[in-house]
Amino acid sequence: MALEILRPGLMTTVQDEGRTQGYALGMPPSGAMDRFSYHVANALVGNPSGAAVLECTYLGPEIGFSQATTFAVTGADLPVHLNGKEIQPWASHRAEAGDVLGFGFLRSGARAYIAVAGGIDVEPVMGSRSTYTLCGMGGFQGRALRAGDLLPVGADATGTPGRSLPAALVPDFAGPAELRVVVGLASYRVTPDSLAAFFETEWQVTPDANRVGYRYRGGLVEWVPRTQPRGAGSDPANVVDIGYPIGSIQIPGGTEPIALLNDAVTGGGYATIGTIISSDIQVAGQTKTGDVTRFCPVSIDAALGARQEARARLAKAREAIEARS
Amino acid sequence: MTARLGVLTEPPRGTHYTFGGDEWIVVQLSEAMSLDVNLKAQVLTRALAEKALPGIVEICLSNASYMVRIDPDVVRPTVLVEQLRELEAAHSDFRSITLRTRIVDVPVLFEDEWTAATVQRFRDRHQRPDLTDLEFAAELNGYGSTDEFIDAMVSAPALVSMIGFVPTVPWGYQLVPEERQIEVPKYVRPRTFTPERAFAWGGAFSAIYPVDGAGGYQLFGMCPAPIVQPEQSLHDFRESFSFPRPGDLFNYRRIEREEFDEIRARVTEGSFRYRLAELDFTPAEWFARPDETVAAMQELLYGA
Repeated sequence: MALEILRPGLMTTVQDEGRTQGYALGMPPSGAMDRFSYHVANALVGNPSGAAVLECTYLGPEIGFSQATTFAVTGADLPVHLNGKEIQPWASHRAEAGDVLGFGFLRSGARAYIAVAGGIDVEPVMGSRSTYTLCGMGGFQGRALRAGDLLPVGADATGTPGRSLPAALVPDFAGPAELRVVVGLASYRVTPDSLAAFFETEWQVTPDANRVGYRYRGGLVEWVPRTQPRGAGSDPANVVDIGYPIGSIQIPGGTEPIALLNDAVTGGGYATIGTIISSDIQVAGQTKTGDVTRFCPVSIDAALGARQEARARLAKAREAIEARS
Repeated sequence: MTARLGVLTEPPRGTHYTFGGDEWIVVQLSEAMSLDVNLKAQVLTRALAEKALPGIVEICLSNASYMVRIDPDVVRPTVLVEQLRELEAAHSDFRSITLRTRIVDVPVLFEDEWTAATVQRFRDRHQRPDLTDLEFAAELNGYGSTDEFIDAMVSAPALVSMIGFVPTVPWGYQLVPEERQIEVPKYVRPRTFTPERAFAWGGAFSAIYPVDGAGGYQLFGMCPAPIVQPEQSLHDFRESFSFPRPGDLFNYRRIEREEFDEIRARVTEGSFRYRLAELDFTPAEWFARPDETVAAMQELLYGA
């Protein structure tokens, strides 16, 4: 069983839950940016949690099925076509050999997920099938898909067509995104007024937004004046090079904040002022160039609460899918 | 707002324990870089790894800090911070310890054609477009010639004080007294290209670029041997795709084009191995007699 890539879309990669080891050597986790959509896609086709899927950014691919199978599309809101006929997203469908999956233009969100029964069966690298394009590791030949690629699919599964997620549980990606942030790290480098203003600013996603990180525009940050410590470099935005958590927000030059996401650079010399909570990384990953984003400060306890809520929401989605199959 | 969230409004006095969202704890030991603070980070991260505390996913050494990736479903971040504070309190003398490590021969071809071409291509992003990176750095650090400056860079090994940015980049802090530390600024605006295996310097740190990519460090030369190998076919990569390990001592050695080409050929045919020696590094000895201690390390590596 294989998927034939007829058109690759803008940036389509193989992703799963990502890596849990390697950060200490500079290797980011990678993995699906929108965890909820990723897990629901697998649940719809009956894959075990952790199976690899395709993540499609902004513009969907065109894919041919070499054999009959079951597939589902979740994530960003865009028309899904099977042989040119519109079909329902957030639902599993049967494809016959020779069928072609295609997409219309994006309405909201940024990343769609395609799960196929059996999962995308590329060789795992460091415990994961996720693609890390910056170093050409993992996924399909370490890169985004191209026309003509033949993607192996796990053979032992036929999947379950006809499953769907109730509309009430489908996330809405339209409107401004709100990203909850635990303030900390070197936030003391920013003046209190400026830090407060940061959280009241409507930031806009710039064209410089990808799996490594998103750059925003819309405000200025004012640094507390100081004599720079030894080894930090002369710019007030510089610190002695330090580890960057996934989701951390740095502000080179004080003008354009960068939030690091799943393919983050793991460290560097810019002051970081806080970190997007783990359950909101997927919200950032569904924004695109020009979208409005607000950052909202929360306590560590609120971040842990949000983590539980995200888990409960996914459990509810899985139950609802089982109940309707 | 900051008071309500328990956030620092003043620069930290002493160690700064801070949450990176719900999955990370960053421990900033000092705002300033020094050999002492990196030794503390090396000792604490090794001690933490030995403890194997539940809920710790990964431990990441940094120059003047360290970072822990955690599973907050196993351990509450606030509880773990207390455990990290206890760990710090249980250790005090970071010079009298002994670090089991390796000293490695890292050949470098200085003023090579590839980095020279890159340096010329991005002159408009540099502080001094009229000089090469090497001439600029030699002048800035008070050396009379680029040869003397190169001699200084290869005079003593660099302690690998952090690995990252992109996979396997070794940040090296040279084992010389503070007054002999080389320090250079980064490019005014980062380059969009740096060749694979370029040898560079930024701030107080030497570095090797593992793969082609953007970068802002001053470019001085080219290493013939790889530091990353995803296919893991070379001897030194059997255990990991990354050659550098935290705490390694990289002894940079100036080579000529002939040796560079020889090493490249051995890398291509798969027979290349780094020359290295295991050793116990006792910082107290180095602080007491830096030049003699370095000479003894180099003798261990190269023979008398």
